[in-house]
Amino acid sequence: MPGMPWPLPWPFDTTYMQLALIAGVAVGASAPLIGTFLVQKRLSLIGDGIGHVAVAGVGAGLLFGTSPVWTALVVAVVAALALEWLRSRARSSGDLALALFFYGGIAAGVVLAGRSTTNANLQPYLFGSILTVTENDAYTVVGLGALIVLAIAVTWRAMVAISLDEEAARVAGIPVGALNALLAALTAVTVAAAMRVTGVLLIAALMVLPVATGRVVARSFRATTVGAAAVGVVAVVLGLAAARQWALAAGGAIVLATLALFVVASLAAPLRRASAPDDASSLLSGPG
Amino acid sequence: MRTPRADPVLTVEGASFAFGAHRVLDGVSMEISPGEFTALVGPNGAGKSTLLRIVLGLLAPQAGRVELFGSPPRRLRDRWRLGYVPQRPRLAPDLPATVEEVVGAGRLAKTGWWRRPRPEDRAAVAHALESVALGDLRHQRVTELSGGQQQRVLIAKALASEPQLLILDEPIAGVDAQAQRLFRDSLVHLLREHGASVLLVSHELGAVADDLDRVVVLRHRVLFDGKPADLAATGVSLGVHADDLPRWLEELSENGGG
Repeated sequence: MPGMPWPLPWPFDTTYMQLALIAGVAVGASAPLIGTFLVQKRLSLIGDGIGHVAVAGVGAGLLFGTSPVWTALVVAVVAALALEWLRSRARSSGDLALALFFYGGIAAGVVLAGRSTTNANLQPYLFGSILTVTENDAYTVVGLGALIVLAIAVTWRAMVAISLDEEAARVAGIPVGALNALLAALTAVTVAAAMRVTGVLLIAALMVLPVATGRVVARSFRATTVGAAAVGVVAVVLGLAAARQWALAAGGAIVLATLALFVVASLAAPLRRASAPDDASSLLSGPG
Repeated sequence: MRTPRADPVLTVEGASFAFGAHRVLDGVSMEISPGEFTALVGPNGAGKSTLLRIVLGLLAPQAGRVELFGSPPRRLRDRWRLGYVPQRPRLAPDLPATVEEVVGAGRLAKTGWWRRPRPEDRAAVAHALESVALGDLRHQRVTELSGGQQQRVLIAKALASEPQLLILDEPIAGVDAQAQRLFRDSLVHLLREHGASVLLVSHELGAVADDLDRVVVLRHRVLFDGKPADLAATGVSLGVHADDLPRWLEELSENGGG
């Protein structure tokens, strides 16, 4: 991205803020695309779990001196596929298996990073460090984000059909198992992409919270998903601006911005609905 | 001598299935011909759902043979030929999807799930919505509809691929009279206009009793398979609740009647 900084207005008038904006927008737009389907499958917290496992990959990267994002990506994808395999067979007993995965992952990460001789530590990956992303980091995040958008665009109809009724989708000949595995792998890709933005401990928030807002304001599946991606982008912009203005931790500020947008949308929704007389009158009249 | 008939759309031959020691299906055989309207009735726990899951390819029979359009259900290539309406609307109460999106998902088997819908796909979805009288509600959120309307959405979803065999699992349970009439009209439309076959698994046959070509009564094995008039001739009315049908039939055979 030669020639930065571009003539953007405050707070994006510096190179480091522009790099943060590029990486942040890529994650803000792509993470909720995955989140829409996770929420519908009642797997809202799976991103959190895969984030925990990814810490082992970060630790391995730090120990062996390779890029932690790529080792985290590999570990997260393997773990996500293993979890999906467990979920599809184990049903109720899967809960404990998940706990083994998650805590095993984060503990291995801490131990591996502790063995590392370099000064690098886990902190930037746990809580994000979007204001220090390099050009290479930004390219990586944009590439991973584009991969997510492309994969969802291609499989969109089938993913929606599976969300509506998994059994009916199977009867219709949709490769449900393969597409569930793809969604799990994409969840892992999102975790790796968002590691530098919000950190692994907050990544699930960026996948799920914008979806909660999208569901409040939209009617259709498509509008919910597009709305969630828009909320993700707006939250990144607001969060980065707040972080610069008040010297806040950027990852946390972005997540708080998504929460604030959800609260605003939830408060505004009843006002929008007030135009529908049925709702209002049933509230006023009450029983009898 | 029987007149030669077109190849059956569904053949079940000696299908058996047991959950552990509990035998649910015991050598069940039945056939559905093109354009035939068949009802599968029986009490709860008679094995109807298990038979249905086997026919849909969701479960493999432990013995016997099942063929849909001449292939085992799991190997059927043209999945659009099979339409399926599940037992009760399994729509999550907070599902953010419109009526049109749900019905459109039923068209994927015909279009191919990776392809963009063509004009004829959109037309088929619109036609399916019209045939269950839901055209005006297509942009409505599906969870804002009544139970009967949601059931019709799922029927339209199954109709959207223009199936040659439509399988419905308890579609009229708990649905009001007007919805039952609309439901019957859309089935008759499918049978007459498209020459499709229908397999209806149900407790209540009231709304469609006059339109049926065949009735199969199941309790682990087939107790009766024939025309509704023949069932009536045994002295058992279709108005009898499905829970009681097998008892009536068994009493008749024990008394040497029927």
